[in-house]
Amino acid sequence: MGSTSAHGENSNGEGFGRRDLIKRSAALGLIAVPTMSFLSACASGSDETTKGNESKVAVTKENPFGVAKGGKLDVVVFKGGYGDDYAKAWEAAFDKKWGTTSSHLSTQEITSKLQPRFNGGNPPDVVDDSGAQQIKLDVLVKGDQLTDLTVVLDAPSLDDPSKKVRDTLMPGTIESGMVGGKFVALQYVYTVWGLWYSGKLFKEKGWTAPKTWPEFMDICQKAKAAGIGGLAHQGKYPYYINVAIMDLIAKKGGLDAMKAIDNLEPNAFADNPVALEAVEAIYEIVEKDLLMPGTNGLTHTESQTQWNQGKAAFITSGSWLENEQLKQTPEDFDMQFLPMPVLPGSKLPFEAIRAGAGEPFIVPEKAANKAGGLEFLRSMLSREWSTLFAQQANSLTVLKDGVDPTVKLRAGTQSAVTALKAAGDNTFNYRYADWYSEMGTELENASNELMAKRIQPKEWIKRAQAAVDKATKDPNAKNNKRS
Amino acid sequence: MSHVANSKGRGGFIAGFLILPLALYLTFVIWPYIQTFGYSFTNWTGQSPTFDFVGLDNYSALLKDEVFRGALLHNLLLLVFVPTVTILISLFFAFMLNAGGRSGAGGVKGVAGSALYKVIYFFPQVLSLAILAVLFGAVYRSDEGGLLNGFLTKLGLVDPAHPIEWLNQPNFVLWCLLLVVVWHGVGFYLVLFSAAMQSVPKDIYEAALLDGAGRAQTFFKVTLPLLWDSVQTSAVYLGIAAMDMFVLVSTMTSGQFGGGPDHHSEVMATVLMRNFLYFGKAGYACAMGVVMLVLTLILSAITLRATRREHVEF
Repeated sequence: MGSTSAHGENSNGEGFGRRDLIKRSAALGLIAVPTMSFLSACASGSDETTKGNESKVAVTKENPFGVAKGGKLDVVVFKGGYGDDYAKAWEAAFDKKWGTTSSHLSTQEITSKLQPRFNGGNPPDVVDDSGAQQIKLDVLVKGDQLTDLTVVLDAPSLDDPSKKVRDTLMPGTIESGMVGGKFVALQYVYTVWGLWYSGKLFKEKGWTAPKTWPEFMDICQKAKAAGIGGLAHQGKYPYYINVAIMDLIAKKGGLDAMKAIDNLEPNAFADNPVALEAVEAIYEIVEKDLLMPGTNGLTHTESQTQWNQGKAAFITSGSWLENEQLKQTPEDFDMQFLPMPVLPGSKLPFEAIRAGAGEPFIVPEKAANKAGGLEFLRSMLSREWSTLFAQQANSLTVLKDGVDPTVKLRAGTQSAVTALKAAGDNTFNYRYADWYSEMGTELENASNELMAKRIQPKEWIKRAQAAVDKATKDPNAKNNKRS
Repeated sequence: MSHVANSKGRGGFIAGFLILPLALYLTFVIWPYIQTFGYSFTNWTGQSPTFDFVGLDNYSALLKDEVFRGALLHNLLLLVFVPTVTILISLFFAFMLNAGGRSGAGGVKGVAGSALYKVIYFFPQVLSLAILAVLFGAVYRSDEGGLLNGFLTKLGLVDPAHPIEWLNQPNFVLWCLLLVVVWHGVGFYLVLFSAAMQSVPKDIYEAALLDGAGRAQTFFKVTLPLLWDSVQTSAVYLGIAAMDMFVLVSTMTSGQFGGGPDHHSEVMATVLMRNFLYFGKAGYACAMGVVMLVLTLILSAITLRATRREHVEF
């Protein structure tokens, strides 16, 4: 954990020590009451504000944030499906250019590692705030912990100084980094969401990829007849099946239906025939018994692995799926992306896909080397760094044409690129889950019940609208508007 | 005179040794408690050093929070079943291992092979809760790959196309978790009760046997009364474990920090953590923490008082 050496041993050091001590004494049985460990977890560090060392370096066109040569840069990245080799390569490049000493921490436990530092007022300079234990962006914004990154957007691009960074980004990148009315997160990885299937399996069975909902149901029926499941989903994490439901709503009702949900409108779900039709379509899969057996209780890796073994025709996921399943996927699997098939009379064409930027990189407001952090983000949006990422992590970045054409992509990623080209401007992306964590969770609970056949589509709609109505009471609801 | 001075000196001497541990205890245990209590009156997000004072808002919101009330109910349910079931099973096994054997001429002994059983029963205690969660996750897995489902499918009791989704069934999930806790705990309490039983003089048993007492009578009239202190302690420990349950629920059930399906396995600790770390309502979570603390204290006091009996000297 190199990062600890980069900051002082003041309040933060004590924070760690206190927790360790409590853990140890709990192990010794000194603390028998379990509430204690929770209670002590609630204790925050002292309210001290370490002022960032304001740089006195002149701001130039080459150095728009005034990065001081030398000094330290404290980087924390989430080590998930993309690994952390790319970050090490970036840090080496950064250190070489700016003469800095980067400290690198890669972890899956973003919250537990960083919470004491945010509370103590000595956060890192750059954070890849991702994964299951990410610190929710809406929470950080509420606490004024994030730097407004608009300055990065307006800075000149490293590849072509005559252009601003904002003009080199894929559509939707800026939108997806907006929380509480500010651009606070650089969502770096360009992702598409939808259904996935095995090209090999479909070829063997003589199935063609469906474009309409009836065609999709037809293949699910055929799959059942062939003794496998139609749709697999990651039942223990209902996030995934909500992708399918929400995509159907957006495609059938158009962008207005999507915005109505993100903008918490009173008829986002209630009295909305489009939403009901979408939920009924998904419920039809359950009713006709076309789910992969047991899929409702499986984790993402369990269900995806079953799908990789040919136990189901389709699965819902984002384009990180191929990386996540690298080890479990058979050589000749031929992973293919499929946009969500459309319901009759849909406003958006079949080619339309949910596409957007994910993997938020942030610069904390109280970062010691804020200028360095901002420059780091600007460098990430150069072709050199973007290509490094594509090579090391096998994924696209939000930089337009950001990957050197010589880099060879895997089948799944390639199919996602093709689908993205076919979609053109027909992309959409929901924001509610980032803006309103509680609402997202309640929608997931409702979907879990729906897939287990314990509630009917009408009840789902009722619960979903209740969650929307509850979210309107969030203080951020007035800032989180999209048009 | 000299006597008093003497004892005063000794007091100072002892206090000298206690100052450091007491200071540590106050700083690292009591102080966080007080802090938590303070935070429970604020709207602290958990990710920022700034917050506002909101008075009793968190507590009044807590009263109306259906999820938290449901979780409290689950904790109370576990509070009844975890100690009762675990203690009954461990007592039964401990008695069989120590005094349940054939009452031959050699006096009182356990069933054949009891020394070996004691070791085997203790195995589950060696595993950490995290390992247990993975292990039983595989047992309860919701498709044919699960141990239970695989077994039941082979027997023809479960249709392979519709395996039982153990942890995704509102009616099963809490009992499935209860089973894990009991499975984990029985071995330890068995050893604890065994130790207590072995300290009971053999001649008491022999006297009971000579008087013609059967096995059940020996247990209820002799063993249980002499073991009461251990049973009481076990009840408090198990009760506290039932008030916690965080590790198992959060790793085995669906949802952020577990609690699924649809809050049917929610316990107070999981609701607390979700509000604390995921929803960014740390002040609210602290209020839950305070409620949990108070409940646990009340629980311990009640258990110790309700089970108070006269000590039997032997």
